Amino acid sequence: MKFSEHWLRELVQPEIDTQTLADQLSLSGLEVDDVEPVAGAFSGVVVGEILSAEQHPDADKLRVCQVSDGKETFQVVCGAPNARAGIKVPFAQVGAVLPGDFKIKKAKLRQVESFGMLCAEDELGLSDDHGGLMELAADAPVGSDIRDYLKLNDQIIDVDLTPNRGDCLSVAGMAREVGVLNKVPVADIDCSPVAPQIDDQIEATLVAPQGCPRYLARVIRNINPGVESPLWLQEKLRRSGIRSIDPVVDVTNYVLIELGQPMHAFDLNKLNGGIQVRMAQQDEALTLLDGQEVKLNSDTLVIADSGAAVAMAGIMGGEPTSVTDETRDILLESAFFAPLAIAGRARSYGLHTDSSHRFERGVDWQLQRRAMERATALLLEIVGGQPGPVTEAVAEDQLPKAEKVRLRHDKVTSMLALEIPAAEIEEILTRLGLSLERNGEREWLASVPSYRFDISLEMDLIEEIARVYGYNNLPVRTPRAELPIPPIAEAKVNQSRVRAHLISLGYQEAITYSFIEAGLSKQFDDQHQPMALANPISTEMAVMRTTLWPGLAKAVQYNQHRQQSRVRLFEIGQRFVPGTDGLQQQNVVAGIICGSRQPEGWSAANDKVDFFDLKGDLETLLALGSNAGRFSFRADSHVALHPGQSAAILLDGELVGRIGALHPSLQKSLDLTGPVYLFEIALDAVVDGRVARFSELSKFPESRRDLAILVSAETPFAQLREVASENAGEYLKQVTLFDVYQGQGIEPGRKSLALGLTWQHPSRTLNDEEINSAVSAVVTALNEKLGATLRD
Amino acid sequence: MENLHALLEEGKQAVAQADNVKALDDVRVQYLGKKGHLTQLLKGLGKLSAEERPAAGAKINEAKDELSDALNARKAQLEGAALEQKLASETLDVTLPGRGQQLGGLHPVTKTLERIEAFFGSIGYTVEEGPEIEDDYHNFEALNIPAHHPARAMHDTFYFDAHTLLRTHTSPVQVRTMEAQKPPIRIICPGRVYRCDYDQTHSPMFHQVEGLLIDKDISFADLKGTLEQFLREFFEEDVKVRFRPSYFPFTEPSIEVDIDRGDGKWLEVLGCGMVHPKVLEMSGIDPEEYSGFAFGMGVERFAMLRYGVDDLRLFFENDLRFLGQFR
Repeated sequence: MKFSEHWLRELVQPEIDTQTLADQLSLSGLEVDDVEPVAGAFSGVVVGEILSAEQHPDADKLRVCQVSDGKETFQVVCGAPNARAGIKVPFAQVGAVLPGDFKIKKAKLRQVESFGMLCAEDELGLSDDHGGLMELAADAPVGSDIRDYLKLNDQIIDVDLTPNRGDCLSVAGMAREVGVLNKVPVADIDCSPVAPQIDDQIEATLVAPQGCPRYLARVIRNINPGVESPLWLQEKLRRSGIRSIDPVVDVTNYVLIELGQPMHAFDLNKLNGGIQVRMAQQDEALTLLDGQEVKLNSDTLVIADSGAAVAMAGIMGGEPTSVTDETRDILLESAFFAPLAIAGRARSYGLHTDSSHRFERGVDWQLQRRAMERATALLLEIVGGQPGPVTEAVAEDQLPKAEKVRLRHDKVTSMLALEIPAAEIEEILTRLGLSLERNGEREWLASVPSYRFDISLEMDLIEEIARVYGYNNLPVRTPRAELPIPPIAEAKVNQSRVRAHLISLGYQEAITYSFIEAGLSKQFDDQHQPMALANPISTEMAVMRTTLWPGLAKAVQYNQHRQQSRVRLFEIGQRFVPGTDGLQQQNVVAGIICGSRQPEGWSAANDKVDFFDLKGDLETLLALGSNAGRFSFRADSHVALHPGQSAAILLDGELVGRIGALHPSLQKSLDLTGPVYLFEIALDAVVDGRVARFSELSKFPESRRDLAILVSAETPFAQLREVASENAGEYLKQVTLFDVYQGQGIEPGRKSLALGLTWQHPSRTLNDEEINSAVSAVVTALNEKLGATLRD
Repeated sequence: MENLHALLEEGKQAVAQADNVKALDDVRVQYLGKKGHLTQLLKGLGKLSAEERPAAGAKINEAKDELSDALNARKAQLEGAALEQKLASETLDVTLPGRGQQLGGLHPVTKTLERIEAFFGSIGYTVEEGPEIEDDYHNFEALNIPAHHPARAMHDTFYFDAHTLLRTHTSPVQVRTMEAQKPPIRIICPGRVYRCDYDQTHSPMFHQVEGLLIDKDISFADLKGTLEQFLREFFEEDVKVRFRPSYFPFTEPSIEVDIDRGDGKWLEVLGCGMVHPKVLEMSGIDPEEYSGFAFGMGVERFAMLRYGVDDLRLFFENDLRFLGQFR
């Protein structure tokens, strides 16, 4: 809501300057976004009259004008196309200073002397209009300072109102607030009835009274369509951000800004019969004022004549019945449309108008007649004409009810932690327009005025009291509370510990978008149809990620393209996986690495990372919850991963994550320098750990035997370990793998694995025979189950 | 016996001349070994008379001891020198960089989030999380924002269908908590939120921390005190704090909080208010018995103010040169 400070001060005169006023409004909940002067800083500009305009002898586009300032005549060379004799324009005289500290001096343009400059609107900082000289009204007093004439020592105050304060969407509403805040009186706007001069009336029927419980109409005949709106009206509208169109529209807009009542004017002779306020028929056609043709929905309230819809109620009028420069007879409308009947409708047609903005938030439901009288009086003053009587159709039972709200002084005191004297509470609420009646000891009943749609509860009143009293004047304390000991699950690994661990391993945390491009999503996961946004901001952010990998891969790409070849990133966040049991929103931790194994340095080999670097990091992560033994890895292909370097991560046999090398063709299509390795695992699998449990330490020595085993190259080590563990007897403590070899000396298709087996008994020393028989049991089982042999 | 003295002198000289442990050992064998010169002298004692023998034996043993001491002393000297030499050869350039991984780092948003969590965690607020894909009820309806409410225009919402959306704030987590728990409630809800808006100062995805405290006798003054202290401690500065009336459908009174860090400019940093009685009722809490406050802040905004970052988009580019600055 933009308005002129002058206009406001016509209604209320607090003795404070502009900045104080702006701060005061902001601190009362009416946030001032901007205060700007209505014109640029300039001086020395007067109303000038062009007496004559001759063609410049040496320049096609220049004219040599004789300009009067009322006392003397000056020669001014001017390039504006509308420079002509008889018009009055802003005349910057020699010595004037225009916005931007532009000093006007005597000049010579193509050999012709020029004493000053004639100005367009933009040259005075009034608007961006550079279409030609600003033409002033014919009665503008020649020679008077343009700042005085146009009342330019004024500010435009732009207030960003919250949706609950529809009552402040007018100069009158703002004035009321300023009056309350400064405890000063506010002037009434003259809305006295205008006597009808003719009998013409039009019938209005409320077919949908729940949407429109009050509709006022008035015929005005024989207006003069040739008149322009007076300067004061144009200027007030301009300072409210509204362009002057014609006097009829200007007056309705003026009343909208002044009182907050949106109005509409029809060309009476284009209407067919009486007015009906009804719901639209589904797909009923209407051409709007902006030329747009819409098919209406049946939830939309319309104004119709006996034939068709002529306006979208409270949103925008129709083009065919609109006022034009030939209109002589008009029908003025002033109605109350219920907020719920308007809310969301404009938006559903892609519209947002000053009118819909107000009706959605609530227009004073007792304002319609005053607005009608005010608009009639202004119109008669400007365009003349004869008004008829006001027609009012009203459905009393559908009008909002005047609320009475109970207010307890004790509640005010407990909510604000301050006892505000009763007299002060009464003054605040009364100035806001509420009427109070005593309702027993320390209690009132407050009647809410018809312009406040945001007050129906005791808390609403307390808010008003607090707001006007000043939030910053209210006391400060900190809460007092009981101090119970909270539960802390020791088995749960803290998320910050997971992060800290990865950071110690050299990973940098990343945060990538939760929505990604659909094609990219498919490249990384062809098993799930991702959730697609109905209104994505771009195709790059269109579907919800089913894995964190695409975002991390894009982050690697971003960094590689900026000469960062060594990248180690992790992210913790939700993935969104649709499934037969519905959508799963699961927290996962994912990581990605590429580039050299160690940072470049004097001692590091230049080796690139491989699968086992990442797996090693991951295994330490899995150990955080003291659960490492429950995890296993199984070769398992995945669309985004290298078919030979891809594993499922299992927890007690259940799939909880994946690890592998990014598929080389995907790597290529993402323009990544590889190889690139990634993992992703459900966060719960990592953080749901167990509480440690002590087991007795053996005092007896360990025995170890090393075995070199030859086995098919296809056989996974995990199987070998499993068979060995199962057959090594109950005192086996540990199996380690200390060498893997393939190549010279080993038959092709086979590999050599060196296992170290360690035994220990809790209460005695194991003897050689026991160890030897365990070893031979292991060797036999490996041979029988996996075709493994001992290496010579 | 007259040559005992000469022999001892000769032995001592040999000890002094030995320039390594091996040579020294040869000297020991030569004089003190089984066939060594001094040992031979002892063996020759048999030729002497029983009267002469003890005195002569004692003299020889004295000489042996003397030579042995000289040998040991020389040995210690040689070993010390050898060690010194070895150590000297092992000298490193201790200014060379160490080996191993570089430390990674937290994302500045997480860093800020953890800091905020730490403040509230220390006074008994627990962390609650919830789904990012939400239903209309929890994101709007239960927060006193019915369909077509003009406040919905304040939230540029991403929709999947008419009932499913990306949460526009973490308030749904508060609703879910109030539905599930009885007061007193002290929670903070950190997480990602989404708004359909993208430019230098708006990101379609950002992070919020919302807080909720519900108990008996909670007043506006408690809210002011909590947030004032938080803001001063977060910035570790004596920031000026200002409370400005605003409007959120789920709180009443509603407040926006501005800070001034000494440059005379007020910056809006968070929104808050007393929980609206309707919101309490909808979640099954009696507003006559309990009251509470809620607050919400944009984590990126706090990170920008704290670390001096001037472009919101930097947070989601994941440029290592940017992220590395917050280690």
